[in-house]
Amino acid sequence: MCGIVGLFLKDKSMEAQLGAMLTDMLITMTDRGPDSAGIAIYSKESKSIGKLTVQSDTPDVDFRKLKDDLKKHITGDIEIRVQSTHAVLELPVDQLTIARAALKEIRPSVRVMSSGDSLEIYKEVGLPKDVASRFSISQMSGSHGIGHTRMATESAVTTMGAHPFNTGSDQCLVHNGSLSNHNSLRRKLRRDGVHIETENDTEVGAAYLTWKMQNGSTLGEALESSLKDLDGFFTFVVGTKDGFGVVRDPIACKPAVMAETDQYVAFGSEYRALVNLPGIEDARVWEPEPATVYFWKH
Amino acid sequence: MQTYDLSTGSLRELNATLHAQNETTNQTAWEIMNPRGAHAIACGLDSPIEVTVRGSTGYYSAGMNQQATVNIKGSAGPGVAENMMSGKVIIDGDASQYAGATGHGGLLVVKGNASSRCGISMKGINIVVHGSIGHMSAFMAQSGNMVVCGDAGEALGDSCYEARLFVRGSVKSLGADCEEKEMRPEHLEILQTLLTEGECDAKPEEFKRYGSARTLYNFNIDNAY
Repeated sequence: MCGIVGLFLKDKSMEAQLGAMLTDMLITMTDRGPDSAGIAIYSKESKSIGKLTVQSDTPDVDFRKLKDDLKKHITGDIEIRVQSTHAVLELPVDQLTIARAALKEIRPSVRVMSSGDSLEIYKEVGLPKDVASRFSISQMSGSHGIGHTRMATESAVTTMGAHPFNTGSDQCLVHNGSLSNHNSLRRKLRRDGVHIETENDTEVGAAYLTWKMQNGSTLGEALESSLKDLDGFFTFVVGTKDGFGVVRDPIACKPAVMAETDQYVAFGSEYRALVNLPGIEDARVWEPEPATVYFWKH
Repeated sequence: MQTYDLSTGSLRELNATLHAQNETTNQTAWEIMNPRGAHAIACGLDSPIEVTVRGSTGYYSAGMNQQATVNIKGSAGPGVAENMMSGKVIIDGDASQYAGATGHGGLLVVKGNASSRCGISMKGINIVVHGSIGHMSAFMAQSGNMVVCGDAGEALGDSCYEARLFVRGSVKSLGADCEEKEMRPEHLEILQTLLTEGECDAKPEEFKRYGSARTLYNFNIDNAY
């Protein structure tokens, strides 16, 4: 199964409540995916600062002195915010790649959840309500965000198997469904030098989109071609720095409901996830069409 | 009128209460408040009661209905009125995928649009949709009537048997072994009755009829045992 929620705010005055609204939506989708949960949240504090969200199974060891150790490898300041098993490293945008490479050396057990200007990804194994409270998601503000509750079918229940997946800078993907050609596609992408970490089908979907974009496609074009190259069931929700998109496979058996008002665009696997949003009674509520790419941008 | 508020009461208790009504009940009118997209609302009813749901529902509302009239004053999630035997289900808004699937009887009215797989494997149910329907609707339909006042999506009536499919608007594509059929006076009569029952003012003459071309494997006598 799996549950997806997404919220894109048009009304800036609601940004402080983004985390709280997304948390409520995410917890409603618990019975679609009680194995693990994750959230991608976009908030931009400064143009010159980039963010790396990292995860460790032993945060006490790995995150201690991380700031000082990493500082030796980059130019400029680093701020570190530790949230349970995750830490957000804020550093100059032009140092992100260098920092990422340095991390591999100085903290090999630390995994990068996301990289970009405004994206932070938090995901762990456990009930959505526990995952949300461990990272204090409800306290977070932002312009848009995507959440996922996972019921694993294609690979093990692990942190790295949880969604969202970071696809490219400030891009992320969540998935409801299962891809049937992920093994052959993984082999093909790996031959082309694409790094794929797990045996998870969605990671292949995410890597596919990244690969398409690295080869000149826009996100919209990458999503269009996913309809041709990916076999299986999917409802994808993708996040970018300034917007979010939705695409469903042509069979469209994985559910999706959208709602739009003057204040927001919201996505839910079910209408239940949307019922607490302000003004939902008067929102335009509809089901996204199969094999159609939808996109909203700031 | 009996009122049940799902924001304070449980879904299980609501359905048990509705199931406890029999043919001689004098509590014939029920109103359900705050459905908030919950699953299986008013499922498995078997008495001549009228249930009004004030809002939108989630999966499988009014499933397996017999005798009862269920009116959803919002939109319905996947599988609404699935396997209906008799009675009537009216949705004021839109219906999600596989509305009225496998229904044996009764009438399903969708005043908005219905999405994919509407009436899949229908076995005698009548379905009236005021708007349009999505792809793979009436797939393997076996009997009953489907009336669509708007358009039909891809692969309408794929592998259907004997159901009558009436569409007023365009059909994106017909499924395997589905073809346009002649509209005879008896069909116009059936159509008029269904349109009236479905509270729709469209004219029967504006519709085209589709049905099985009877050329697939199971229609060939040489394939019989």
